[in-house]
Amino acid sequence: MSALPPLHLAVALDGAGWHPAAWREPAARPGELFTARHWAGLVAEAERGLLDFVTIEDSLGPQSSHPTEPDDRTDQVRGRLDAVLVAARVAPLTRNIGLVPTAVVTHTEPFHLSKAIATLDYVSTGRAGLRIQVTPRPNEAAHFGRRTIPALGAEDVGDAEEWDTPAARELVDRLFGEARDYVEVVRRLWDSWEDDAEIRDAATERFIDRGKLHYIDFEGPHFSVKGPSITPRPPQGQPVVTALAHQSVPYRLVGGSADIGYITPYDNDQARAAVAEIRAAQDAAGRVSEPLHIFGDLVVFLDGDRAAAEDRKARLDGLAGEVWSSDAQVFTGTPAELADLLLERREAGLSGFRLRPGVIGHDLEGITRGLVPELRRRDAFRHAYEADTLRGLLGLARPANRYTAV
Amino acid sequence: MSENPTTGASATGRPLKQIHLAAHFPGVNNTTVWSDPRAGSHIDFSSFAHFARTAERAKFDFLFLAEGLRLREQGGQIYDLDVVGRPDTFTVLAALAAVTERLGLTGTINSTFNEPYEVARQFASLDHLSGGRAAWNVVTSWDAFTGENFRRGGFLPQEQRYSRAQEFLATANELFDSWRGDEIVADQGSGVFLKDARAGEFAHRGEHFDIAGRFNVPRGPQGRPVIFQAGDSEDGREFAASSADAIFSRHDTLEAGREFYADVKGRLARYGRAHDELLIMPAATFALGDTDAEAREIAHEVRRSQVSGRTAIKYLEHVWNRDLSGYDPDGPLPDIDPDPGENTIARGRASVRMFRDPLAVAKQWRERAAAEKLSIRELVIETTGRQSFIGSPATVAEAIDTLVQADAADGFILVPHLTPGGLDEFADTVVPLLQERGVFRREYTGTTLRDHLGLAHPEPEPPRAAS
Repeated sequence: MSALPPLHLAVALDGAGWHPAAWREPAARPGELFTARHWAGLVAEAERGLLDFVTIEDSLGPQSSHPTEPDDRTDQVRGRLDAVLVAARVAPLTRNIGLVPTAVVTHTEPFHLSKAIATLDYVSTGRAGLRIQVTPRPNEAAHFGRRTIPALGAEDVGDAEEWDTPAARELVDRLFGEARDYVEVVRRLWDSWEDDAEIRDAATERFIDRGKLHYIDFEGPHFSVKGPSITPRPPQGQPVVTALAHQSVPYRLVGGSADIGYITPYDNDQARAAVAEIRAAQDAAGRVSEPLHIFGDLVVFLDGDRAAAEDRKARLDGLAGEVWSSDAQVFTGTPAELADLLLERREAGLSGFRLRPGVIGHDLEGITRGLVPELRRRDAFRHAYEADTLRGLLGLARPANRYTAV
Repeated sequence: MSENPTTGASATGRPLKQIHLAAHFPGVNNTTVWSDPRAGSHIDFSSFAHFARTAERAKFDFLFLAEGLRLREQGGQIYDLDVVGRPDTFTVLAALAAVTERLGLTGTINSTFNEPYEVARQFASLDHLSGGRAAWNVVTSWDAFTGENFRRGGFLPQEQRYSRAQEFLATANELFDSWRGDEIVADQGSGVFLKDARAGEFAHRGEHFDIAGRFNVPRGPQGRPVIFQAGDSEDGREFAASSADAIFSRHDTLEAGREFYADVKGRLARYGRAHDELLIMPAATFALGDTDAEAREIAHEVRRSQVSGRTAIKYLEHVWNRDLSGYDPDGPLPDIDPDPGENTIARGRASVRMFRDPLAVAKQWRERAAAEKLSIRELVIETTGRQSFIGSPATVAEAIDTLVQADAADGFILVPHLTPGGLDEFADTVVPLLQERGVFRREYTGTTLRDHLGLAHPEPEPPRAAS
């Protein structure tokens, strides 16, 4: 049916699901959200569906229904475990699926994050990735107390994708500029040990060949980092760096720094426009020869017939007290209808999708047991894992080390 | 089965103390022997999993990970004679939580190059993900050398090290306590997820940290992780007495151990704390053999592996504060005196600071080498790093028990010299003897690390007044 290569599929895990009332569905077990068992079960289900990877949301403050300010709602899930630790906790329990925690770069140390993701790559034997996120929230800056972030008004923020006043643009430029430097540091640190640096040479009594360890000597406006990492180069060499992007500045981050970008088009035209911008940014960054996946993000409510999915969404909206929408398109329908949509949307230049289950306890299985077989029938999804590293699943070769002399 | 079949009390009639044991993953220093054919990977997860499973099989209290945030250098170059490279502490501990069920997971985390909100999130998350087994060895750092890897950069004056550490820990405790543990109702029918809209609220205004907002990890099973402290200075001891649950100390002999134990425990009353609210656990190395004589031979062979010729020269350079690479390790000690200036030869390691009077140390070493006809290498082997416990399993079990019953320690953090199997023999031969003596658990009786260590679970703060 399709001459294109199979789709890549990821699932985005967050709390009980992406709908704010998801935790009230009978299938949700909201009392278990902070247990290892909860996360192990979800990732095992995603792996049974042979998905490429899971992402795990995170934040340096409580969830909020407001784009830049905290709220005091008590009717929604509040609280998150550290996503890198969640990924590490499930790594030894899985074999093939990629593990992509979210990390906020705005208030954290690139040195720590680099070794954390390198270590995630070790404990998962080559299945680690990373989703870079910035935070414009002043209240989260106050949790760290090292910098202030200006409070933007509604006119600055507009819809979630806009951020198009001078104050908003200045903040976005600053945060994403820092993110670009951050990824550069993280990547240099991963390469700061050559693969064969550990020699255990009894004759010279040396454990390492220090000529194969490298200072990264990064200096930028936000931080300077000397290196080398304390952690040897991870199994994949470079774990997979990903980022969600809604507009030009983050598109440039994806084009210049990421292996996967997630975009949020509502139709093929929007998808084509975003893909074009990212490809241009990739070109401008001199990365044309490097593979860069662009995935579409969708929130999904999946049921055996469309009416059931719509009813379920409407019922949750009723519980939430709003007709809930998201930055990404919200799909309600059958797995077959979703398969149709994905195969049509890919024509805009997407190589995969990151699906956000509306209700994890329901829609994750809708993906793994409904959508996946449906895509297979159309020769558009794998029947078995073809690799045991995340780069392998994504068709990314193990990269050469930037510091290795050729 | 009875914990205590025959010997329920010591000769003095006092009940026998139960020994606490921990397993220190072999570190990036010359205690760890990488040249042994049995030495495996120091970075692959399989090594950590093997080590942790051995410790859990032996019913140890916890596994312990050290940390260093910059590769060590000597003479301006990365130090290449010891094991180099280690994982991220939190990440590997979270993964180990998946391959163990009861073993405590202790991570060394620096209070200088981190921020309380993030570290508290990580420990609270680890506590959730391990079912209540997280512990934090709070260390401080002072060097701009390590700071070059971090946003914060620069130098922290010596006198601020403990004040920052103290305030860091106090702030983290405020974050841990910002959730009482009963806020999540998650009532699907009524739609109440949180019964308190202010769950996680905190405000800390201090010299080092000025932060406020809401903490976003609910209270973990232990309330707070178990807190370890490792410094030996006056400030460090006071910090431990005021704020720690356990001390990772260096005093592994009867006399030094008893003195330290009495000193630190004596400080507790000042903070309104009871004698058993702070455990003293020295680091200890060991060499086992079928007989004491065989163990002594093995101990010597291990020492020779730990102190190669080049390692001996490098070690001497710490004291001399000079490049001694021209000296023969099998020859006599240098005639020249140490450079008394600021020690710049070695960076990124703590031991340099142990030589406060290098001229006196050099004099003493020269005299000993002359008297006993020791080469540089032999002198270093003799004066440094001798194993704490050497002998047959029975001898070692006896020695450990004696030290604990004599209040030189509450237990030991064992540092094997081999990765990953260096604990196996101890687990198989010494632990059963301690169990027979009735001084070490045969099964875990609790699920959390606080349970294993006999520490209370901190009570949450009283409910907030309605605002």
